[in-house]
Amino acid sequence: MSEAALHPQLIRRSATLVWARKAPGAFYLLALMGIVLTIWTPGFFTAANLTNVALQVAVLTIVALGMTLVILTEGIDLSLGPVLGLCGVAASLMVVAGYPLPAAVAAAIGIGGALGLLNGSLVAVAGMPPFIVTLGTFGIAQSIATVLTRGDSVVQLPAYYRWFNDGVFLAIPVPIWATAAAFALTWVLLYETKFGRYVFAIGGNREALKLAGTRVAAYHIGVYVYAGVLTAIASFIMTARMNAAHPTIGVGLEFDAIAAVILGGTSFEKGNGGIAGTIVGALAVGVLRNGLNLLGVGTEWQVACVGVVIITAVGIDSIRALNS
Amino acid sequence: MSAETSPLPAGLARRIDHGVFVVLSRLFAISVLVVALAILSPQFLSWGNFANVMRQASVQFLMAAGLTIVVLTGGIDLALGAILGLAACLSASLMSQGHLAWGILAALAVGLAAGSANGLLVTFGRIPPFIATYGMLWIAHGLGYVFMKGEVIYGLPAGFRFIGTGFVLGIPVPVIIAAIVLLALHVMLHGTVLGRAIYAIGGNPGAARLSGMPVRTRLAFVYALCGLLSGFAALVVIARVNAADSGIGEDLLLPAIATVCLGGTSLFGGVGGIAGTAIGAVILALVLNGMNLLGVQTFWQSGVMGAIILVSVLADQVGGSKLVGKST
Repeated sequence: MSEAALHPQLIRRSATLVWARKAPGAFYLLALMGIVLTIWTPGFFTAANLTNVALQVAVLTIVALGMTLVILTEGIDLSLGPVLGLCGVAASLMVVAGYPLPAAVAAAIGIGGALGLLNGSLVAVAGMPPFIVTLGTFGIAQSIATVLTRGDSVVQLPAYYRWFNDGVFLAIPVPIWATAAAFALTWVLLYETKFGRYVFAIGGNREALKLAGTRVAAYHIGVYVYAGVLTAIASFIMTARMNAAHPTIGVGLEFDAIAAVILGGTSFEKGNGGIAGTIVGALAVGVLRNGLNLLGVGTEWQVACVGVVIITAVGIDSIRALNS
Repeated sequence: MSAETSPLPAGLARRIDHGVFVVLSRLFAISVLVVALAILSPQFLSWGNFANVMRQASVQFLMAAGLTIVVLTGGIDLALGAILGLAACLSASLMSQGHLAWGILAALAVGLAAGSANGLLVTFGRIPPFIATYGMLWIAHGLGYVFMKGEVIYGLPAGFRFIGTGFVLGIPVPVIIAAIVLLALHVMLHGTVLGRAIYAIGGNPGAARLSGMPVRTRLAFVYALCGLLSGFAALVVIARVNAADSGIGEDLLLPAIATVCLGGTSLFGGVGGIAGTAIGAVILALVLNGMNLLGVQTFWQSGVMGAIILVSVLADQVGGSKLVGKST
């Protein structure tokens, strides 16, 4: 050890440089987008637009937090987009039909949790590959949401429903509170509890857990349930912002969430990463979309751009893993 | 059977047991579907409907054929629907302007290019297949929308439409095309070194690499082939529906994966084959035909596909391991 520490190359390496080499891609993307957009478009660095970005990013961040835990277990949840659509549709239909708000909220959270339970059980107990399981529930959630509304939007939501997006508490908008609460809760779960330690362990070395005789199936299922519940919560904000619930409202969101997680430095292998990076990753994706909007790039190109960004990010990640 | 009395090595016994379970359960599924539909719908047992089912199964098979080979290597191609859509749009646009040959070439070129890109990302880019192809899904999807700008192209040349709607000796042309592709891929998988390499890579990638096999090149080839077949399937699809829009490939991914799963090819790689996918395509076509005849809303379709994927993979996993448990 002491010999290695004395190595001239190691001595000269400054802390800043080490950080710069290890920092997740999201930092660089965010910095780059920030500089380019501030110079290029006068509308970007204004309080109104930045608030707009923060509000837009709230939904993505909450979903991405759940996705981070799933990816830390070497899994993936492709169903979160349609699950968000289904939860939004279910809650809106109940509210429009006259049920009290708490019942609608509970039902949506129950649906998100139940689909997470299905995903988690098939992955953790039956041992099926996560992407195929969640692709199956993708179709199921999408179908149920479309059947419930017969392909239409749920409109004429009661005025109080908009509180989820428009409400302000202590001068801070409700979506920001929700994001902060989701982050704090996930932080405590991930870094302060047994659940969190098992999340890292399931991704890091499942064989060792098995050999040690640790029963982790319940925790593994819990990860997918937690992602589903967070997605249900995000669906309220999304529906309130649109002032309508459409079954395809969440399609593609799972993709942005995966991009946010990967850009935030969480790796697909061996349980490396964490949720702090995911926040930056979600901001980077949000600013990228917002910037492309401001620059007048159409939605179609935006979709292709995020596709390129995600592949590049994972590619750089795997090259780094090779070098270290 | 205990391990001592069984003359077969455990690996082979497992493969045979898996195969027996897959074949029996699929035959059972087909007979249940046929009997139920014959009872529930008077139109089901007619020659016209049978040709319909076979044509649908053929198109279904063409879309899932390349995917089967990718899955055999232990990979996945989530981009195939989007690639098919992009190829269909470019090709239909060229054909409607009168460039038939260029149109056909464009579809194949788009498929080959996108498939090769997938292959390079997965092998030399070291990106997990489901991420690389998921990114490619959105790239192809976005490009399709950019190219079409929300328009729909109608009316393709009548001669070209023959490959989707024509008949030869009373047999629908797509069925003949699917049979040729099935035969070619079956020979490739079971009669060539490449085919053995595909099973070896899927069964045990580490051992394949250590045995000196050019794993990366073979894998890149498999993804390129899958892309090429998607481009080819795009031609049959547009010839059949006589139109193309940017959303044409959107709902094709789930059915394609469902077909492969129904065919009994293991998603962990190395087990299964192209003949299974043909059986899977027939089952899927029967299900779709039944939904159609019984007047089930199309809204249910993606849910049914999702359920089929979950049930067939779960059944193979549980059913297969039960049989393995008995034999050891």
